Amino acid sequence: MNSIIVGLLTMGGLGLFFASVLAIASEKLKVKEDPRVEEVYEALPGLNCGACGHPGCHALAEAIVAKGDLDGLRCPPGGSASDEKIAEILGISVGAEIRKRAVIKCGGGKSLAGQRADYHGIKTCTAAQLVVGGAKACTFGCLGYGDCVTVCPFGAIRIDEEGLPKVDELKCTACGLCVQACPRKIIDLVSCANRIVVNCNSHDKGAQVRKVCKVGCIGCMICVKVAPEGYTVKDFLAKVNYDKGDAVAEPGQAKCPTKCIVKL
Amino acid sequence: MDLLLIFISAAIVNNFVLSYFLGICPFLGVSNRLEKAFSMGVASTFVMVLAAMATWIINNWILIPFNLPFLQYVAFIIVIASLVQFVEMFIRKSSPTLYRSLGIFLPLITTNCAILGLALLSALREYNFLQSLTFGFAAGVGFTIALCIMAGIREELDLAPIPEPFKGAPITLIIAGLLALAFMGFAGLISG
Repeated sequence: MNSIIVGLLTMGGLGLFFASVLAIASEKLKVKEDPRVEEVYEALPGLNCGACGHPGCHALAEAIVAKGDLDGLRCPPGGSASDEKIAEILGISVGAEIRKRAVIKCGGGKSLAGQRADYHGIKTCTAAQLVVGGAKACTFGCLGYGDCVTVCPFGAIRIDEEGLPKVDELKCTACGLCVQACPRKIIDLVSCANRIVVNCNSHDKGAQVRKVCKVGCIGCMICVKVAPEGYTVKDFLAKVNYDKGDAVAEPGQAKCPTKCIVKL
Repeated sequence: MDLLLIFISAAIVNNFVLSYFLGICPFLGVSNRLEKAFSMGVASTFVMVLAAMATWIINNWILIPFNLPFLQYVAFIIVIASLVQFVEMFIRKSSPTLYRSLGIFLPLITTNCAILGLALLSALREYNFLQSLTFGFAAGVGFTIALCIMAGIREELDLAPIPEPFKGAPITLIIAGLLALAFMGFAGLISG
Protein backbone atom coordinates (compact mmCIF):
# COMPACT_ATOMS: atom_id res chain seq x y z
CA MET A 1 0.00 0.00 0.00
CA ASN A 2 2.74 2.35 1.07
CA SER A 3 4.76 1.82 -2.08
CA ILE A 4 1.69 2.59 -4.20
CA ILE A 5 1.28 5.97 -2.52
CA VAL A 6 4.99 6.74 -2.74
CA GLY A 7 4.98 5.63 -6.39
CA LEU A 8 1.97 7.78 -7.22
CA LEU A 9 3.45 10.79 -5.47
CA THR A 10 6.86 10.36 -7.09
CA MET A 11 5.49 9.93 -10.59
CA GLY A 12 3.01 12.73 -10.06
CA GLY A 13 5.77 14.97 -8.81
CA LEU A 14 8.03 14.07 -11.72
CA GLY A 15 5.23 14.67 -14.20
CA LEU A 16 4.35 17.99 -12.62
CA PHE A 17 7.99 19.05 -12.55
CA PHE A 18 8.60 18.27 -16.23
CA ALA A 19 5.26 19.75 -17.26
CA SER A 20 6.03 23.03 -15.53
CA VAL A 21 9.57 23.13 -16.93
CA LEU A 22 8.20 22.60 -20.43
CA ALA A 23 5.42 25.14 -19.92
CA ILE A 24 7.88 27.78 -18.73
CA ALA A 25 10.34 26.90 -21.49
CA SER A 26 7.71 27.15 -24.21
CA GLU A 27 6.94 30.71 -23.06
CA LYS A 28 10.54 31.80 -22.44
CA LEU A 29 12.00 30.19 -25.54
CA LYS A 30 9.27 31.16 -27.96
CA VAL A 31 10.59 31.91 -31.42
CA LYS A 32 8.94 34.74 -33.25
CA GLU A 33 8.13 33.56 -36.74
CA ASP A 34 7.24 35.95 -39.50
CA PRO A 35 3.42 35.82 -39.54
CA ARG A 36 3.49 36.02 -43.32
CA VAL A 37 5.08 32.55 -43.49
CA GLU A 38 1.91 31.07 -42.04
CA GLU A 39 -0.26 33.11 -44.44
CA VAL A 40 1.77 32.08 -47.46
CA TYR A 41 1.63 28.49 -46.25
CA GLU A 42 -2.16 28.73 -46.10
CA ALA A 43 -2.22 30.00 -49.70
CA LEU A 44 -0.27 26.97 -50.94
CA PRO A 45 -2.15 23.74 -51.70
CA GLY A 46 -0.55 21.91 -48.76
CA LEU A 47 0.14 18.74 -50.75
CA ASN A 48 3.80 18.53 -49.72
CA CYS A 49 4.45 17.00 -53.14
CA GLY A 50 7.96 18.45 -53.45
CA ALA A 51 7.47 19.52 -57.08
CA CYS A 52 8.94 22.94 -56.25
CA GLY A 53 12.19 21.37 -55.08
CA HIS A 54 11.64 22.18 -51.40
CA PRO A 55 11.04 19.51 -48.73
CA GLY A 56 7.45 20.60 -48.21
CA CYS A 57 4.97 23.45 -48.51
CA HIS A 58 6.18 25.05 -45.28
CA ALA A 59 9.78 25.15 -46.50
CA LEU A 60 8.64 26.79 -49.74
CA ALA A 61 6.61 29.35 -47.77
CA GLU A 62 9.69 30.19 -45.70
CA ALA A 63 11.81 30.53 -48.82
CA ILE A 64 9.25 32.79 -50.51
CA VAL A 65 8.95 35.09 -47.49
CA ALA A 66 12.73 35.17 -47.03
CA LYS A 67 13.21 36.20 -50.66
CA GLY A 68 10.16 38.45 -50.78
CA ASP A 69 9.67 37.46 -54.37
CA LEU A 70 8.11 34.64 -56.36
CA ASP A 71 10.92 34.43 -58.89
CA GLY A 72 11.92 30.79 -59.25
CA LEU A 73 9.93 29.82 -56.17
CA ARG A 74 6.64 28.92 -57.75
CA CYS A 75 4.38 26.12 -56.68
CA PRO A 76 3.63 24.00 -59.78
CA PRO A 77 0.41 22.39 -58.45
CA GLY A 78 -0.88 25.65 -56.97
CA GLY A 79 -0.44 27.41 -60.28
CA SER A 80 -1.55 30.98 -60.85
CA ALA A 81 -4.28 30.78 -58.19
CA SER A 82 -1.83 30.39 -55.32
CA ASP A 83 0.70 32.72 -57.00
CA GLU A 84 -1.85 35.53 -56.94
CA LYS A 85 -2.75 34.95 -53.30
CA ILE A 86 0.90 34.90 -52.26
CA ALA A 87 1.63 38.03 -54.30
CA GLU A 88 -1.20 39.78 -52.47
CA ILE A 89 0.20 38.77 -49.07
CA LEU A 90 3.68 39.97 -49.99
CA GLY A 91 2.38 43.07 -51.78
CA ILE A 92 4.10 42.32 -55.10
CA SER A 93 2.91 41.65 -58.63
CA VAL A 94 2.89 38.25 -60.29
CA GLY A 95 5.11 37.85 -63.30
CA ALA A 96 3.72 35.80 -66.13
CA GLU A 97 4.70 32.16 -66.33
CA ILE A 98 3.49 29.81 -69.00
CA ARG A 99 1.63 26.84 -67.66
CA LYS A 100 2.78 23.32 -68.39
CA ARG A 101 0.84 20.10 -68.59
CA ALA A 102 1.62 16.41 -68.87
CA VAL A 103 1.79 14.95 -72.38
CA ILE A 104 1.61 11.21 -72.87
CA LYS A 105 3.71 10.23 -75.85
CA CYS A 106 1.84 7.21 -77.18
CA GLY A 107 -1.03 6.95 -79.65
CA GLY A 108 -1.06 3.16 -79.94
CA GLY A 109 -4.44 2.25 -78.51
CA LYS A 110 -6.10 -1.17 -78.61
CA SER A 111 -7.15 -0.95 -82.26
CA LEU A 112 -3.84 0.42 -83.54
CA ALA A 113 -1.11 -1.37 -81.61
CA GLY A 114 -0.73 -5.12 -81.22
CA GLN A 115 -0.24 -7.34 -78.18
CA ARG A 116 2.44 -10.03 -78.09
CA ALA A 117 0.99 -11.97 -75.16
CA ASP A 118 -1.98 -12.24 -72.82
CA TYR A 119 -1.30 -10.64 -69.46
CA HIS A 120 -3.35 -11.81 -66.50
CA GLY A 121 -1.17 -10.49 -63.68
CA ILE A 122 -1.59 -7.55 -61.33
CA LYS A 123 -3.27 -4.72 -63.19
CA THR A 124 -0.64 -2.02 -62.82
CA CYS A 125 1.86 -0.79 -65.37
CA THR A 126 4.76 -1.34 -62.96
CA ALA A 127 3.82 -4.98 -62.40
CA ALA A 128 3.25 -5.60 -66.11
CA GLN A 129 6.58 -4.00 -66.95
CA LEU A 130 8.33 -6.33 -64.51
CA VAL A 131 7.01 -9.41 -66.32
CA VAL A 132 9.38 -9.46 -69.30
CA GLY A 133 8.43 -5.90 -70.16
CA GLY A 134 4.68 -6.21 -70.46
CA ALA A 135 2.29 -7.73 -72.97
CA LYS A 136 2.25 -4.91 -75.49
CA ALA A 137 4.12 -5.72 -78.69
CA CYS A 138 5.71 -2.26 -78.63
CA THR A 139 8.20 -2.16 -75.78
CA PHE A 140 8.16 1.65 -75.61
CA GLY A 141 4.45 2.39 -75.69
CA CYS A 142 1.81 2.91 -73.05
CA LEU A 143 0.79 -0.22 -71.12
CA GLY A 144 -2.55 1.33 -70.28
CA TYR A 145 -3.11 0.04 -66.73
CA GLY A 146 -3.24 3.59 -65.47
CA ASP A 147 -0.46 3.98 -62.89
CA CYS A 148 -0.51 7.64 -63.89
CA VAL A 149 -4.26 7.78 -63.19
CA THR A 150 -3.78 6.30 -59.72
CA VAL A 151 -0.96 8.63 -58.78
CA CYS A 152 -2.57 11.85 -60.04
CA PRO A 153 -3.75 13.84 -56.99
CA PHE A 154 -5.99 16.04 -59.14
CA GLY A 155 -7.94 13.45 -61.12
CA ALA A 156 -6.63 14.99 -64.32
CA ILE A 157 -5.92 11.71 -66.16
CA ARG A 158 -8.42 9.09 -67.30
CA ILE A 159 -8.15 5.98 -69.47
CA ASP A 160 -10.19 6.32 -72.67
CA GLU A 161 -11.99 3.60 -74.62
CA GLU A 162 -8.78 2.92 -76.60
CA GLY A 163 -7.02 2.03 -73.32
CA LEU A 164 -4.80 5.11 -73.40
CA PRO A 165 -4.54 7.80 -70.73
CA LYS A 166 -5.91 11.22 -71.61
CA VAL A 167 -4.81 14.34 -69.74
CA ASP A 168 -7.35 17.00 -68.82
CA GLU A 169 -5.31 20.16 -69.38
CA LEU A 170 -7.50 22.28 -67.15
CA LYS A 171 -7.02 19.98 -64.18
CA CYS A 172 -3.35 19.14 -64.78
CA THR A 173 -0.96 21.18 -62.64
CA ALA A 174 2.30 19.76 -63.99
CA CYS A 175 3.27 18.40 -60.59
CA GLY A 176 5.23 15.64 -62.31
CA LEU A 177 4.05 12.71 -60.19
CA CYS A 178 2.83 10.81 -63.27
CA VAL A 179 6.19 11.39 -64.95
CA GLN A 180 7.83 9.50 -62.10
CA ALA A 181 5.11 6.85 -61.82
CA CYS A 182 5.26 5.74 -65.46
CA PRO A 183 7.58 2.71 -65.67
CA ARG A 184 8.18 3.37 -69.37
CA LYS A 185 8.90 7.07 -68.95
CA ILE A 186 6.58 8.16 -71.73
CA ILE A 187 5.15 11.24 -69.99
CA ASP A 188 6.71 14.67 -70.48
CA LEU A 189 5.82 18.05 -69.02
CA VAL A 190 5.31 20.38 -71.99
CA SER A 191 4.25 24.02 -72.06
CA CYS A 192 0.55 24.50 -72.83
CA ALA A 193 1.56 26.82 -75.69
CA ASN A 194 2.98 23.84 -77.61
CA ARG A 195 0.03 22.16 -79.27
CA ILE A 196 2.01 19.96 -81.68
CA VAL A 197 3.67 16.91 -80.16
CA VAL A 198 5.15 13.63 -81.37
CA ASN A 199 2.71 11.05 -80.07
CA CYS A 200 5.21 8.20 -79.90
CA ASN A 201 8.09 7.07 -77.71
CA SER A 202 9.48 4.18 -79.77
CA HIS A 203 13.19 4.04 -80.49
CA ASP A 204 12.74 0.90 -82.58
CA LYS A 205 13.71 0.96 -86.26
CA GLY A 206 10.98 1.81 -88.75
CA ALA A 207 10.29 -1.77 -89.89
CA GLN A 208 9.84 -3.00 -86.31
CA VAL A 209 7.57 -0.04 -85.44
CA ARG A 210 5.38 -0.78 -88.48
CA LYS A 211 5.03 -4.39 -87.36
CA VAL A 212 3.68 -3.51 -83.92
CA CYS A 213 1.85 -0.21 -84.28
CA LYS A 214 -0.02 1.73 -86.97
CA VAL A 215 0.71 5.18 -85.54
CA GLY A 216 4.34 4.86 -84.42
CA CYS A 217 7.22 7.12 -85.39
CA ILE A 218 9.35 5.25 -87.94
CA GLY A 219 12.15 7.78 -87.98
CA CYS A 220 11.59 8.56 -91.66
CA MET A 221 12.97 12.10 -91.30
CA ILE A 222 10.19 13.62 -93.45
CA CYS A 223 9.28 16.09 -90.71
CA VAL A 224 12.87 17.26 -90.50
CA LYS A 225 13.03 17.71 -94.30
CA VAL A 226 9.83 19.75 -94.37
CA ALA A 227 10.49 21.71 -91.19
CA PRO A 228 14.20 21.53 -90.33
CA GLU A 229 13.82 24.04 -87.51
CA GLY A 230 10.88 22.32 -85.90
CA TYR A 231 12.13 18.76 -85.33
CA THR A 232 15.11 16.65 -84.44
CA VAL A 233 15.24 12.89 -85.01
CA LYS A 234 17.41 10.82 -82.72
CA ASP A 235 17.50 7.01 -82.47
CA PHE A 236 14.62 6.66 -84.93
CA LEU A 237 12.35 8.94 -82.93
CA ALA A 238 11.28 12.45 -83.89
CA LYS A 239 11.07 15.16 -81.26
CA VAL A 240 9.45 18.58 -81.58
CA ASN A 241 11.79 21.45 -80.78
CA TYR A 242 9.37 22.96 -78.29
CA ASP A 243 11.24 26.24 -77.90
CA LYS A 244 10.80 27.03 -81.64
CA GLY A 245 7.00 27.08 -81.35
CA ASP A 246 4.09 25.53 -83.19
CA ALA A 247 4.26 27.67 -86.33
CA VAL A 248 7.62 26.17 -87.31
CA ALA A 249 6.48 22.61 -86.60
CA GLU A 250 3.17 22.91 -88.47
CA PRO A 251 4.32 21.77 -92.00
CA GLY A 252 6.02 18.69 -90.55
CA GLN A 253 2.87 17.66 -88.77
CA ALA A 254 0.83 17.74 -91.99
CA LYS A 255 3.34 15.56 -93.86
CA CYS A 256 3.89 12.85 -91.23
CA PRO A 257 3.15 9.53 -93.02
CA THR A 258 2.11 7.57 -89.92
CA LYS A 259 0.21 10.48 -88.39
CA CYS A 260 2.16 10.16 -85.16
CA ILE A 261 2.77 13.90 -85.00
CA VAL A 262 -0.51 15.25 -83.66
CA LYS A 263 -2.09 18.53 -82.73
CA LEU A 264 -3.65 18.32 -79.28
CA MET B 1 40.47 1.18 -18.54
CA ASP B 2 37.03 0.36 -17.28
CA LEU B 3 35.52 3.26 -19.23
CA LEU B 4 37.42 2.31 -22.37
CA LEU B 5 36.02 -1.20 -22.08
CA ILE B 6 32.49 0.14 -21.73
CA PHE B 7 33.06 2.39 -24.73
CA ILE B 8 34.32 -0.32 -27.07
CA SER B 9 31.74 -2.77 -25.84
CA ALA B 10 28.79 -0.44 -26.43
CA ALA B 11 30.06 1.13 -29.65
CA ILE B 12 31.25 -1.94 -31.50
CA VAL B 13 30.96 -5.33 -29.83
CA ASN B 14 27.46 -4.93 -28.46
CA ASN B 15 26.42 -2.37 -31.03
CA PHE B 16 22.90 -1.20 -30.20
CA VAL B 17 21.56 -1.59 -33.70
CA LEU B 18 23.44 -4.59 -34.97
CA SER B 19 23.62 -6.79 -31.93
CA TYR B 20 20.82 -5.62 -29.60
CA PHE B 21 18.51 -4.75 -32.53
CA LEU B 22 17.41 -1.51 -30.91
CA GLY B 23 16.56 1.54 -32.99
CA ILE B 24 15.85 -0.43 -36.13
CA CYS B 25 13.34 2.06 -37.52
CA PRO B 26 15.74 4.99 -37.98
CA PHE B 27 18.36 2.43 -39.08
CA LEU B 28 16.12 1.50 -42.02
CA GLY B 29 14.27 4.79 -42.40
CA VAL B 30 16.99 7.43 -42.36
CA SER B 31 19.80 5.45 -43.94
CA ASN B 32 19.29 6.19 -47.62
CA ARG B 33 21.72 9.14 -47.76
CA LEU B 34 25.03 9.32 -45.97
CA GLU B 35 24.66 12.98 -45.05
CA LYS B 36 21.22 12.48 -43.52
CA ALA B 37 22.37 9.35 -41.69
CA PHE B 38 25.26 11.23 -40.16
CA SER B 39 23.03 14.09 -38.95
CA MET B 40 20.65 11.57 -37.46
CA GLY B 41 23.53 9.79 -35.78
CA VAL B 42 24.92 13.00 -34.30
CA ALA B 43 21.49 14.07 -33.06
CA SER B 44 20.96 10.63 -31.51
CA THR B 45 24.36 10.69 -29.82
CA PHE B 46 23.55 14.09 -28.37
CA VAL B 47 20.20 12.93 -27.00
CA MET B 48 21.69 9.65 -25.76
CA VAL B 49 24.31 11.42 -23.66
CA LEU B 50 21.70 13.75 -22.20
CA ALA B 51 19.29 10.88 -21.58
CA ALA B 52 22.02 8.82 -19.90
CA MET B 53 22.71 11.69 -17.51
CA ALA B 54 19.08 12.52 -16.77
CA THR B 55 17.93 8.95 -16.28
CA TRP B 56 20.90 8.20 -14.05
CA ILE B 57 19.95 11.12 -11.80
CA ILE B 58 16.28 10.11 -11.70
CA ASN B 59 17.14 6.48 -11.08
CA ASN B 60 19.75 6.99 -8.36
CA TRP B 61 18.35 10.02 -6.58
CA ILE B 62 14.61 9.32 -6.80
CA LEU B 63 13.66 5.80 -7.82
CA ILE B 64 16.19 3.81 -5.79
CA PRO B 65 15.91 5.85 -2.52
CA PHE B 66 12.11 5.51 -2.67
CA ASN B 67 12.42 1.84 -3.53
CA LEU B 68 10.56 2.25 -6.83
CA PRO B 69 12.74 0.61 -9.51
CA PHE B 70 9.60 -1.00 -10.98
CA LEU B 71 8.63 2.46 -12.25
CA GLN B 72 11.80 2.73 -14.35
CA TYR B 73 10.05 2.26 -17.70
CA VAL B 74 7.41 4.92 -17.13
CA ALA B 75 9.76 7.36 -15.44
CA PHE B 76 12.42 7.01 -18.14
CA ILE B 77 9.92 7.52 -20.92
CA ILE B 78 8.68 10.72 -19.27
CA VAL B 79 12.21 11.95 -18.71
CA ILE B 80 13.37 11.25 -22.24
CA ALA B 81 10.28 12.72 -23.89
CA SER B 82 10.36 15.94 -21.89
CA LEU B 83 14.11 16.23 -22.27
CA VAL B 84 13.92 16.00 -26.04
CA GLN B 85 11.07 18.50 -26.14
CA PHE B 86 13.08 20.90 -24.02
CA VAL B 87 16.24 20.48 -26.07
CA GLU B 88 14.27 21.07 -29.25
CA MET B 89 12.88 24.35 -27.92
CA PHE B 90 16.28 25.39 -26.64
CA ILE B 91 18.06 24.71 -29.93
CA ARG B 92 15.32 26.42 -31.89
CA LYS B 93 15.86 29.55 -29.86
CA SER B 94 19.63 29.51 -29.56
CA SER B 95 20.78 28.18 -32.93
CA PRO B 96 18.38 28.19 -35.88
CA THR B 97 21.06 26.67 -38.10
CA LEU B 98 21.54 23.68 -35.84
CA TYR B 99 17.77 23.45 -35.47
CA ARG B 100 17.35 23.23 -39.22
CA SER B 101 19.92 20.48 -39.58
CA LEU B 102 18.76 18.45 -36.56
CA GLY B 103 15.20 19.74 -36.37
CA ILE B 104 13.38 16.98 -38.19
CA PHE B 105 15.30 14.25 -36.41
CA LEU B 106 14.87 15.37 -32.82
CA PRO B 107 11.14 14.53 -32.49
CA LEU B 108 11.86 11.22 -34.22
CA ILE B 109 14.49 10.35 -31.64
CA THR B 110 12.01 10.73 -28.76
CA THR B 111 10.38 7.49 -29.73
CA ASN B 112 13.63 5.72 -30.53
CA CYS B 113 13.78 2.53 -28.48
CA ALA B 114 17.59 2.66 -28.44
CA ILE B 115 17.39 5.59 -26.00
CA LEU B 116 15.05 3.79 -23.63
CA GLY B 117 17.15 0.64 -24.00
CA LEU B 118 20.25 2.62 -23.09
CA ALA B 119 18.63 4.01 -19.92
CA LEU B 120 17.31 0.61 -18.84
CA LEU B 121 20.56 -1.21 -19.56
CA SER B 122 22.69 1.25 -17.64
CA ALA B 123 20.27 1.00 -14.68
CA LEU B 124 20.36 -2.79 -14.90
CA ARG B 125 24.16 -2.87 -14.91
CA GLU B 126 24.32 -0.43 -12.00
CA TYR B 127 26.78 1.90 -13.70
CA ASN B 128 28.03 4.95 -11.83
CA PHE B 129 27.50 8.43 -13.29
CA LEU B 130 30.68 8.56 -15.36
CA GLN B 131 30.16 5.02 -16.60
CA SER B 132 26.60 5.68 -17.79
CA LEU B 133 27.78 8.86 -19.47
CA THR B 134 30.42 6.88 -21.35
CA PHE B 135 27.88 4.19 -22.10
CA GLY B 136 25.47 6.77 -23.54
CA PHE B 137 28.14 8.38 -25.68
CA ALA B 138 29.45 5.02 -26.90
CA ALA B 139 25.95 3.83 -27.76
CA GLY B 140 25.48 7.00 -29.80
CA VAL B 141 28.77 6.52 -31.60
CA GLY B 142 27.87 2.91 -32.33
CA PHE B 143 24.49 3.98 -33.65
CA THR B 144 26.14 6.55 -35.91
CA ILE B 145 28.63 3.98 -37.18
CA ALA B 146 25.88 1.49 -38.01
CA LEU B 147 23.75 4.16 -39.70
CA CYS B 148 26.66 5.50 -41.75
CA ILE B 149 27.80 2.05 -42.89
CA MET B 150 24.25 1.26 -43.94
CA ALA B 151 23.83 4.58 -45.74
CA GLY B 152 27.15 4.13 -47.54
CA ILE B 153 26.10 0.71 -48.78
CA ARG B 154 22.66 1.91 -49.78
CA GLU B 155 24.11 4.76 -51.83
CA GLU B 156 26.16 2.19 -53.74
CA LEU B 157 23.09 -0.03 -54.10
CA ASP B 158 21.32 2.70 -56.06
CA LEU B 159 23.72 2.02 -58.91
CA ALA B 160 24.00 -1.75 -58.51
CA PRO B 161 22.14 -4.14 -60.83
CA ILE B 162 19.70 -5.50 -58.24
CA PRO B 163 17.01 -7.90 -59.49
CA GLU B 164 13.69 -6.04 -59.68
CA PRO B 165 11.87 -7.95 -56.90
CA PHE B 166 14.71 -7.19 -54.45
CA LYS B 167 14.79 -3.45 -55.03
CA GLY B 168 14.00 -1.20 -52.09
CA ALA B 169 13.05 -2.73 -48.75
CA PRO B 170 14.00 -6.39 -49.40
CA ILE B 171 17.64 -5.72 -50.28
CA THR B 172 17.89 -3.28 -47.36
CA LEU B 173 16.73 -5.95 -44.92
CA ILE B 174 19.16 -8.46 -46.39
CA ILE B 175 22.01 -5.96 -46.04
CA ALA B 176 20.97 -5.25 -42.45
CA GLY B 177 21.13 -8.97 -41.69
CA LEU B 178 24.55 -9.34 -43.29
CA LEU B 179 25.85 -6.34 -41.35
CA ALA B 180 24.60 -7.86 -38.09
CA LEU B 181 26.39 -11.09 -39.04
CA ALA B 182 29.57 -9.15 -39.74
CA PHE B 183 29.37 -7.38 -36.39
CA MET B 184 29.08 -10.77 -34.69
CA GLY B 185 32.73 -11.14 -35.63
CA PHE B 186 33.56 -8.66 -32.85
CA ALA B 187 31.88 -10.91 -30.28
CA GLY B 188 35.13 -12.49 -29.11
CA LEU B 189 36.87 -9.14 -28.62
CA ILE B 190 35.50 -8.34 -25.16
CA SER B 191 33.00 -10.27 -23.12
CA GLY B 192 30.22 -8.29 -21.48
